[in-house]
Amino acid sequence: MSAEVPEAASAEEQKSEHNLVYVPLILNSLEEMEDKVTSPEKAEEAKLKARYPHLGQKPGGSDFLRKRLQKGQKYFDSGDYNMAKAKMKNKQLPAAAPDKTEVTGDHIPTPQDLPQRKPSLVASKLAG
Amino acid sequence: MAGAGGGGCPAGGNDFQWCFSQVKGAIDEDVAEADIISTVEFNYSGDLLATGDKGGRVVIFQREQENKSRPHSRGEYNVYSTFQSHEPEFDYLKSLEIEEKINKIRWLPQQNAAHFLLSTNDKTIKLWKISERDKRAEGYNLKDEDGRLRDPFRVTALRVPILKPMDLMVEASPRRIFANAHTYHINSISVNSDHETYLSADDLRINLWHLEITDRSFNIVDIKPANMEELTEVITAAEFHPHQCNVLVYSSSKGTVRLCDMRSSALCDRHSKFFEEPEDPSSRSFFSEIISSISDVKFSHSGRYMMTRDYLSVKVWDLNMESRPVETHQVHEYLRSKLCSLYENDCIFDKFECCWNGSDSAIMTGSYNNFFRMFDRNARRDVTLEASRENSKPRASLKPRKVCTGGKRKKDEISVDSLDFNKKILHTAWHPLENIIAVAATNNLYIFQDKIN
Repeated sequence: MSAEVPEAASAEEQKSEHNLVYVPLILNSLEEMEDKVTSPEKAEEAKLKARYPHLGQKPGGSDFLRKRLQKGQKYFDSGDYNMAKAKMKNKQLPAAAPDKTEVTGDHIPTPQDLPQRKPSLVASKLAG
Repeated sequence: MAGAGGGGCPAGGNDFQWCFSQVKGAIDEDVAEADIISTVEFNYSGDLLATGDKGGRVVIFQREQENKSRPHSRGEYNVYSTFQSHEPEFDYLKSLEIEEKINKIRWLPQQNAAHFLLSTNDKTIKLWKISERDKRAEGYNLKDEDGRLRDPFRVTALRVPILKPMDLMVEASPRRIFANAHTYHINSISVNSDHETYLSADDLRINLWHLEITDRSFNIVDIKPANMEELTEVITAAEFHPHQCNVLVYSSSKGTVRLCDMRSSALCDRHSKFFEEPEDPSSRSFFSEIISSISDVKFSHSGRYMMTRDYLSVKVWDLNMESRPVETHQVHEYLRSKLCSLYENDCIFDKFECCWNGSDSAIMTGSYNNFFRMFDRNARRDVTLEASRENSKPRASLKPRKVCTGGKRKKDEISVDSLDFNKKILHTAWHPLENIIAVAATNNLYIFQDKIN
């Protein structure tokens, strides 16, 4: 790759201390660009960071692991449900959100919101 | 490895010529979640092949005896038994749904006419007994042929019941249920070479069980930090050594493997050996740790080596050398330039398994687009094969596949961007003695055999 020679290389500008500060910065960014070209992984990382700037300082760290450990958590609190039912005796309970996988926020989960987990009564198709 | 024509193979070489043998499962495009195969395992003799699925069901296939009138049909696998192993549960206390998906099946070595296997979901391990019944007693004294009890006072003569043959009936019954020992999700079970104990591992702990005792289990590894905020790694797989009953290994999400010796202390928190490949710090990226996470660890049959599978490669380690693997095989290196999208669609977290062949001369693992990879360790050759219905004529040879990474795509090649990431082969198994492999492609089970000339 043909590197653009920084303008600061000229003798005149080198006299100015101010300009000298910029030289290493330009060279650094050139190095970074080289890294991105040679390492596909780093290029992918840059892409990801561009899309999700707040992705988090600790890659694959605690947040991700803790989410993994909590797999399968549903949010149904029978206490909340019964309290809500008692309060709103005459009113309809808020309708179920269209996305039934995530039940959070103001919506009071109802037993109907939890997807039915029936055992497979049908035999496996591998045995067919 | 599919060479042109049979020919003689080089001395000691594995000139495999894989051919389609059978495919099990439904053809329709609409795959029910429950039908997705989640584990595949041959038993010790290779005569039985068990599969578990997301619906909690187990299907066991048995190899037919070779038929002299059809010499080419080298023992096909047909359904032997099927049963519902686990059912969905709901833990109301923790508001946790417990999936019925079978995470692992492990066979016990056969000790009598019956077969035993361990099957596990996220929380509970079950010991199943599969037994045959091909005789039935007739001529009871105290009951009629239809089962109605006879009045004992009416019996005037006694007879000895006789055993008569009946149609073979295969029964599966749960003999032990090992429950309530895991707070986190079980990822591995492994039967010990002592044939009396086994281990079960979840994200943070490993427990040791005795096959006869269900109300007690010993915790042998615990990596849970006192403060969960400090959690940096989890256990991803664990296995007992095939011969040394005191040795086990467990892999982590950070790409390391720890070998523990149960003789050194009751709690094996301190490892005896620590296997980690040094990483070049300048090449570190956001993805480094995620793709280094080991999804499977398997000892070789010899017990001298072990193999680890991370997202992009398979590594073979000599147990005597902790500093680095002795072999590294790239499975699909072309995915390195796709990590961003693989992270977004969660594929980067897919857990691929790997397996050895019976002689430890070859290893196999799955990939995407229903491709799977085979590495011949001696000849230092590798091949990419595909499990697809299009190539499912009986005894049809499998043609090697190639992924083209850039620039010009040759005629039979497929470009990286055309790969179907929903067609993942996570589970494969190799017959312990012969060149027969079972490959699970979502809801279909493919069986391939090496062509005998």
